[in-house]
Amino acid sequence: MEMNASLALPEIWVAVAGMALLIAGAFLGDRAMRAIGLLTMAIMAVAAVMVLSLDTAMPQQAFNGHFVVDSFAVFAKVLTLIAAAFAIWMSFSYAEREGMARFELPILMLLATLGMMMMISANDLISLYVGLELQSLALYVTAAIRRDTVKSTEAGLKYFVLGALSSGMLLYGASMIYGFVGTVSFDGLGQALTGGAPSIGVIIGLVFLCAGLAFKISAVPFHMWTPDVYEGAPTPITAFFAAAPKVAAIALFTRVLVEAFGGITPQWQQIIVAIAIASMALGAFAALVQKNIKRLMAYSSIGNIGYALVGLAAGSQQGVSGLLFYMATYVPMTLGAFAVILAMRQKGQMVEEIGDLAGLAKSQPWLAHIFAAILFSMAGIPPLVGFFGKWMVFAAAVDSGMFVLAVIGVLTSVVSAYYYVRIVKVMYFDEPAGVFDRVDGSLKLVLALSLAVVAIGILFINPLQTSTAVAAASLFAG
Amino acid sequence: MHNIPNLLSIITFLPLVGAFVIATIRGDDLNVARNARWVALWTSSIVFLLSLLLWFGFDRANPGFQFEERAEWIPVLNIAYRMGVDGISMPFVILSTLLTPICILASWEAIEVRVKEYMIAFLALETLMIGTFCALDFVAFYVFFEGVLIPMFIIIGIWGGPRRVYSAFKFFLFTLAGSVLMLVAILTMYDIAGTTDIPTLMTQKFDPGLQIWLWLALFASFAVKVPMWPVHTWLPDAHVEAPTAGSVILAGVLLKMGGYGFLRFSIPMLPDASLTLAPLVFALSVVAVIYTSLVALAQSDMKKLIAYSSVAHMGFVTAGTFTFNRQGIEGAIFQMLSHGIVSAALFLCVGVVYDRLHSREIARYGGLVNNMPRYAFAFMIFTMASVGLPGTSGFIGEFLVMAGAFQASTWLALFITTGMILGAAYMLWLYRRVVFGKLEKDDVRAMLDLSPREIAIFAPLILIVLWMGIYPASFTSITGPAVDQLIANYQVATGTQPVPALIAPAAAAPATELPGTEAPATEQPAEAAEPAGEGQ
Repeated sequence: MEMNASLALPEIWVAVAGMALLIAGAFLGDRAMRAIGLLTMAIMAVAAVMVLSLDTAMPQQAFNGHFVVDSFAVFAKVLTLIAAAFAIWMSFSYAEREGMARFELPILMLLATLGMMMMISANDLISLYVGLELQSLALYVTAAIRRDTVKSTEAGLKYFVLGALSSGMLLYGASMIYGFVGTVSFDGLGQALTGGAPSIGVIIGLVFLCAGLAFKISAVPFHMWTPDVYEGAPTPITAFFAAAPKVAAIALFTRVLVEAFGGITPQWQQIIVAIAIASMALGAFAALVQKNIKRLMAYSSIGNIGYALVGLAAGSQQGVSGLLFYMATYVPMTLGAFAVILAMRQKGQMVEEIGDLAGLAKSQPWLAHIFAAILFSMAGIPPLVGFFGKWMVFAAAVDSGMFVLAVIGVLTSVVSAYYYVRIVKVMYFDEPAGVFDRVDGSLKLVLALSLAVVAIGILFINPLQTSTAVAAASLFAG
Repeated sequence: MHNIPNLLSIITFLPLVGAFVIATIRGDDLNVARNARWVALWTSSIVFLLSLLLWFGFDRANPGFQFEERAEWIPVLNIAYRMGVDGISMPFVILSTLLTPICILASWEAIEVRVKEYMIAFLALETLMIGTFCALDFVAFYVFFEGVLIPMFIIIGIWGGPRRVYSAFKFFLFTLAGSVLMLVAILTMYDIAGTTDIPTLMTQKFDPGLQIWLWLALFASFAVKVPMWPVHTWLPDAHVEAPTAGSVILAGVLLKMGGYGFLRFSIPMLPDASLTLAPLVFALSVVAVIYTSLVALAQSDMKKLIAYSSVAHMGFVTAGTFTFNRQGIEGAIFQMLSHGIVSAALFLCVGVVYDRLHSREIARYGGLVNNMPRYAFAFMIFTMASVGLPGTSGFIGEFLVMAGAFQASTWLALFITTGMILGAAYMLWLYRRVVFGKLEKDDVRAMLDLSPREIAIFAPLILIVLWMGIYPASFTSITGPAVDQLIANYQVATGTQPVPALIAPAAAAPATELPGTEAPATEQPAEAAEPAGEGQ
């Protein structure tokens, strides 16, 4: 029995600090929402520093192999923490204005983030499930945090019912795998499942496991909840959904498939290829007809997950590196896009139609310029940073000889370019429809940072690629 | 003159600096517009003057890359920022830097709204155009090549005509769809060679079976850009709706990126596939030359007519490129440069009357020679150059292409020549309907002749057209060595003999390779062709 609890110190810190904040919040009440929110951000910053200071030259395990820390985990955790912290930052003024300033909100987001950190470091099917449920339960509540509006409660309920179903499928798959292999630890599975075709029971278990996880990253065909939840949930919560949990869930997905089922890669590769193609295609085509910008972002995130999965489908170290690179470019673009959506306010009312952006280039040029840069980047047009994310995943696919996947991917990216660029058209070519209210200072910060990443990221491809390569290597070494 | 370090990077990124300066201009609208115009003009003029250092400092005997520079960019992936020009790319850099200030002058009064954004878009476009021709790394090339879409989309979409949104999207999506296939080809080549360095890739031998696929993927991108029939349909729409200066840059520079791509990537990197698929290019070129010429004859819109004539003229370019002999390839390059000047000037000619009457209908005009004699003169020079009258640049390009085509296939030469006759028909008819005839309409009668600003735009273009037509050697001496080397490498790679006249490369038996001997064999006709222009 080896505990090595010090490896889980960031998670322990977040858990203890989160509970302390919860008690403090109970005394201070909703007035202290902003202060508590800032404290959760500070907790996350400290956690990120703790994560970074872990020694990950070699993968290390804690709690008798249930928990693992390696460069892959460090990369994914830091990215998740950054995404979560900025989502909390963007929620303050919205929450205060829209009457959802409850002190529980940032704490729930913090607890969800704790679940994500657990997921990233999970090294067996049980800690996987525990982390996933901690994340999901917190997210269900945040989706329904505006309990007095129909849309928000509907989103929360939908998310909960479908999420519970997917958790059931995941558990069923895990029990099948345990039944046929006799272990739940990723290391044990990795040793047991090598070489030839595994028994049919393991395959069934694997398919159910993939279905459950595909739901969490909203990959087709388990994406149905996404547009409704994105549209119904309060916008800052949607921003949170679109960034941090996606990173954590896809990191978890990658770790399970590569570490536990690495020996039978061809078996799961075909599943991932299929859902990657389906996600890219559906994300591209379904978004074409959307009028609501939050629904559009939902389909856009489905498509983006499809591109990230192309890296996983390659089944190689280069592919995992490309996946991490893609997510690292996806997070700032998504947060920036949601910052723009949060700035869509006319006379104090939030608006969500794409048509409301008409003529933004004339009324608020800088907001339009930043959004245009983010959209062109998401469409994968160089020299913006989104192009390089696509480059990395498609390079991995080509390296693995998956030319058809790569060609389908780039062609769907042309289709998706149409709907991104259509928003640019509305902002630049149409006559102004109405003027937005002044943009909050907090949003300006997020907008400026995301513009900086999108525009000058081209100069920092090398360091990012270096660290994703190291992270991917640790997964394949362990 | 060689001693300015990083000259290419300075030329490439100086316009971007100008764009940032314009972005910081504050004040009331009128002042901002005026300052933006002047900053843009000054920046682009300085860039043009700097680019002349390339012209004068260029070592004409050296077939390799010059003014090279290299900086680390993504060393872990072995991708670098590498710039350099050879005899094929250098003239296109000058073409880009020349046309940009002319475009800015041409937009001086025509663009009244959002002048600041317009000038920023144009300067950003200039950076991307120059970078495309200078890049010696495939990824850097792709970044510049593809980045052009953003400013051009915005230029067409904001300052274009009534159907600008449709045209902007058509331009954007057609070009993007072609380019992403090229991206897959780049990834594949990178995966095999382990580098995206262009000179290294040129020496890389790809499997002939794979070459076909790679070639087709590159073709998808370059053929849309050129554009070749049947993927040319975006061009007439984009030209008609784009503002005058947008059309000038589209016809003058952006189309050349496709032809340049064939010369820089398809032929040197994929020689076997180029040899195999040359008949495909010939067939599409012939259709482009004849079919689009006929379509041009039927147009009633001036810009659309010139747009279709561009497709036809670029058909000459693609046909010449794939003849793989010196006359054909030099002719293709010369034709691209000539077309870059001439079609740009023709769009400016349309712009002049459009600014006055806001109509592009040919039938709205007539008899302009009476009240706009200077305009009629300028228009005539460029019409003649487009037709290919000896003494103008158009003649040299088309003659060289035909000479090269004749060696490759007499049928090809026959069909291409038909295009030249049709070209004379639609251009002269256009000129007759616009400039000659009776001056009947009152509003046409009230039009003023060229202003000093417009004369300043046309004068240099007229001089260049005549210079290229009368003394083409100052251009062919730049392109010659690089083209010779391209052909020599191609012949070694494909095992084709140095071609004696009248035998198509495809027919030659893959016998012993004598790369050293082809220079005298092919050089002579090219030189014979050059004085022909002088004599007229």
